[in-house]
Amino acid sequence: MGLFDNIFRPSPNKSSAALAKERLQIIVAHERGNRRGSPDYLPALKKELLEVVRKYVPVDQSQIKVHLDREGGYEVLELNITLPDEEPQSRRGLEISRGNGQG
Amino acid sequence: MATVIVVTSGKGGVGKTTTSASFATGLAQRGYRTVVIDFDVGLRNLDLIMGCERRVVYDFINIINGEANLNQALIRDKRVENLHILPASQTRDKEALTKEGVERVLNELRQNFEYIVCDSPAGIERGALMALYFADEALVVTNPEVSSVRDSDRILGILASRSRRAEQGEAPVKEHLVLARYAPERADRGDMLSVEDVLEILGIPLLGVIPESPTVLQSSNAGVPVVLEDGSDAGAAYGDLVDRFLGKNLPHRFITTQKKGFLKRLFGGG
Repeated sequence: MGLFDNIFRPSPNKSSAALAKERLQIIVAHERGNRRGSPDYLPALKKELLEVVRKYVPVDQSQIKVHLDREGGYEVLELNITLPDEEPQSRRGLEISRGNGQG
Repeated sequence: MATVIVVTSGKGGVGKTTTSASFATGLAQRGYRTVVIDFDVGLRNLDLIMGCERRVVYDFINIINGEANLNQALIRDKRVENLHILPASQTRDKEALTKEGVERVLNELRQNFEYIVCDSPAGIERGALMALYFADEALVVTNPEVSSVRDSDRILGILASRSRRAEQGEAPVKEHLVLARYAPERADRGDMLSVEDVLEILGIPLLGVIPESPTVLQSSNAGVPVVLEDGSDAGAAYGDLVDRFLGKNLPHRFITTQKKGFLKRLFGGG
């Protein structure tokens, strides 16, 4: 059976299992990257940033968003602090980019 | 010194409860005092798989809340000595599963048992987190299928970051892969991820491969852990898995296509 299959059936480009493996390797590597990048220092960073901001303006925990992204060879750390309403422009964004030297 | 083992997977329906029942039964068969706990509050099923559903009086939440003591709630298995079952509550919500409560019950069980097997619910909610939190070792049950493998990887991440061992900076939870519902002939054909594929992606040691087998459904129909059906492939595979867990060095069976004889090839189906 196997022999006939190999001779007469034009072999498909790739078996579905090989496709599954390839897709899994990509998604799993991506999700592991996210796991490593965020939980370690981001919560502490967020807390300290909040304390600094609070010295000057009363903001609460939910008003600060910290997000880390990887794009190509560099990481983007995005801080988004929503300041209280008395300011004419209530939303200010601050973006810090830094290279991490790897591809 | 008791060992706490969580049977977990992330995804539902991959064989956690089947594995918990057979693993615990196999340990007890080999003479170890073993208790298996159902952490699936609200959806208890371990009792049914173990065939003791009509003997449930008190449950895990009753113990946590002090409404009964352990001796009242533990169900003694009628087939295998040294084996006890602690059923989940069918009526309460999972908020009742507190970290302090679970710890108290586990500490009490540690006095009397050598192995404490925690059957985790699917998902990554409280029940699943509580089931893995106190674990020393983990059996990660995976099917050779994309969503199951991905969810197992997610659970490995949680074991490495949110278990008590991780939080306290102790030695990490020891991880074991259990690959269930494996069909070697489909893997050979390239229609199913192979053992090697899954191992390469997850990167944890393989404890056992359980072949896809009609005996698993038959034994759950009857409420008999499949490890007791030692004439079947799946039962024998679970037996090997338990022996390997206890340190025996056994080769993996049921991972290659069985060679068929000429007559079987001619007359017996594919």
